Amino acid sequence: MHEVVVISGKGGTGKTSITAAFAHLASMRGGAMLCDLDVDAPDLHLLLGPDRQEEHDFHSGFEAVIDREKCVACGTCVDLCRFGAVRKPSGEDFAGYCIDPLRCEGCKVCAQFCPAEAIDFKEKHCGEWYASGTRFGPMIHAQLYPGQENSGRLVALLKKEARNRAERLGLSLMLCDGAPGIGCPVISSLSGASQAVIVTEPTPSGLHDLLRVAELCGHFRIPAGVVINKFDLNLQNSMDIENFCRERELAVLGLLPHDEVVVRAMVQAKCVTELPATPFSEALRTIWGQIVDFEPRAAARPALFQPTPNI
Amino acid sequence: MIYAIASGKGGTGKTTVTASLAALWDRPVTAVDLDVEEPNLHLFLNPELTGEVQALMEVPVVDPARCLLCGQCAAFCQFKALSVMGKTLLIFPEMCHGCGGCLLLCPEKALNPGGRELGQIVSGSFRAGRAETSPFLMGRLRVGEAMSPPLMRQVKARLPEFGAADILIDSPPGVSCPAVNAVMDADCIVLVTEPTPFGLHDFRLAVEAFRPLGKPLGAVINRAGMGDGCVQDFCRAEAIPVWAEIPFSRAAAEAYSHGEVVARAVPQVRDTILALMERMQAAAAADSREACHA
Repeated sequence: MHEVVVISGKGGTGKTSITAAFAHLASMRGGAMLCDLDVDAPDLHLLLGPDRQEEHDFHSGFEAVIDREKCVACGTCVDLCRFGAVRKPSGEDFAGYCIDPLRCEGCKVCAQFCPAEAIDFKEKHCGEWYASGTRFGPMIHAQLYPGQENSGRLVALLKKEARNRAERLGLSLMLCDGAPGIGCPVISSLSGASQAVIVTEPTPSGLHDLLRVAELCGHFRIPAGVVINKFDLNLQNSMDIENFCRERELAVLGLLPHDEVVVRAMVQAKCVTELPATPFSEALRTIWGQIVDFEPRAAARPALFQPTPNI
Repeated sequence: MIYAIASGKGGTGKTTVTASLAALWDRPVTAVDLDVEEPNLHLFLNPELTGEVQALMEVPVVDPARCLLCGQCAAFCQFKALSVMGKTLLIFPEMCHGCGGCLLLCPEKALNPGGRELGQIVSGSFRAGRAETSPFLMGRLRVGEAMSPPLMRQVKARLPEFGAADILIDSPPGVSCPAVNAVMDADCIVLVTEPTPFGLHDFRLAVEAFRPLGKPLGAVINRAGMGDGCVQDFCRAEAIPVWAEIPFSRAAAEAYSHGEVVARAVPQVRDTILALMERMQAAAAADSREACHA
């Protein structure tokens, strides 16, 4: 299975618009299993208009809840909690100790050491995930409830589901839209990937974040290629990025001009490649050609590290 | 007062807005970059960086001479960071959340505190509006480290050092644990978005995540004029004040691409940011007055 994950480090460089166009181009040649791994702020569905065929709850982790009837107000939980999640009673309208669910890490220390056994430890319902059909093929996606954690685990679950279904459907390509950053959801999305496509832009933050996300791919031995979006915004920076890529043996897959067609397509809930051809969409086709023809040269190399999702 | 500049979607202009506010702020101010996965604020504020410390998280280290392999720690750990394999207690420090439960639990006192490197906390100073120099602080997550909230908590723990100054926080994108961690201690939240379907979708998620915190919250619509009017309509329907609209301009995009503070480079943006600053200060002050009367 060729598993392509589109990431960026910096947010807003164009990951999702580019992934959606790749999904369109893939559908014309064998098709792909599509997957939105940005479970925190997913947007791919806005362009692909999935028709949900399955909806599943996502439960992960636990949270502590104090039973005020049993609480003897000894304060042990306050002293032991490393996350500042237990609120001490103060003022008149504050009936007793309580746990701030936003700060609770789900570690169980308070429940374990409460002398009155007054703390329940309940499983958390963190979000939902979906199996859908789109005009470009099957899609697995999710929505983490706002403020929830464990997105790395949800990403791992989506990838597993997507792989199983791709195999069943005889699809040899999996195309994933990743999350910004370099933390747990991104590490989880790189797990088992055969190629990362890093979308960057010629700005100081684009370059800075590219360095870090490229280092992350190197750390996990995932071969990465780079797309420089809006390259004409600053040609000097684009050249610097190209030079950096050459030094690090990162393939520059192509350059995309700053083009308002991206927003125009988004407003119509379409992919740029579905609109009349522009230099942007033509460049994107060339880039996609390189990705499908990609030889996973590093796949033969033994992996020293396997990314583990943050639990 | 603590002001958090956040957004659901990445790349909407959080750092542009934070850097612009910091550069024009008319009171003593500290600029803090809590987007520890991809910190960028320093690229625009060009602070003089004077301090860097390693941030460590406490993880258990086993003393094999004392460990009886009873497995209580492994059974207790919610994050599967310990496991008894044959005659060894294996510890997976990268899975540990640093709760300290295993150390408390071990009947033989065979576990000792060790450290996992989370990243660095970097400090320095930059030039703000009136003050000659203002403190700057940022967290930088070690590449390969999965958890950003523990590092963010350590950066936030340093904030009292800066006394009564206002604090501007550049937050990570998204609406899950890192983003919530960045805004939960703020007195006022500024949500930066763009008027596109992606911008609206993630802005709604951010409103859903942050409104329950009960803090004054306003929107900044960046690149106004591109896309459609969907975000403005949503703000009107939800009674979310729009504190600023920054029109889309290639000049602003190019200034950003050169690492400039956009409010210094583009005069119209400067006026918009000054108005935004006044609205943020007024909203935070009104809220704290209300809290006093309540």
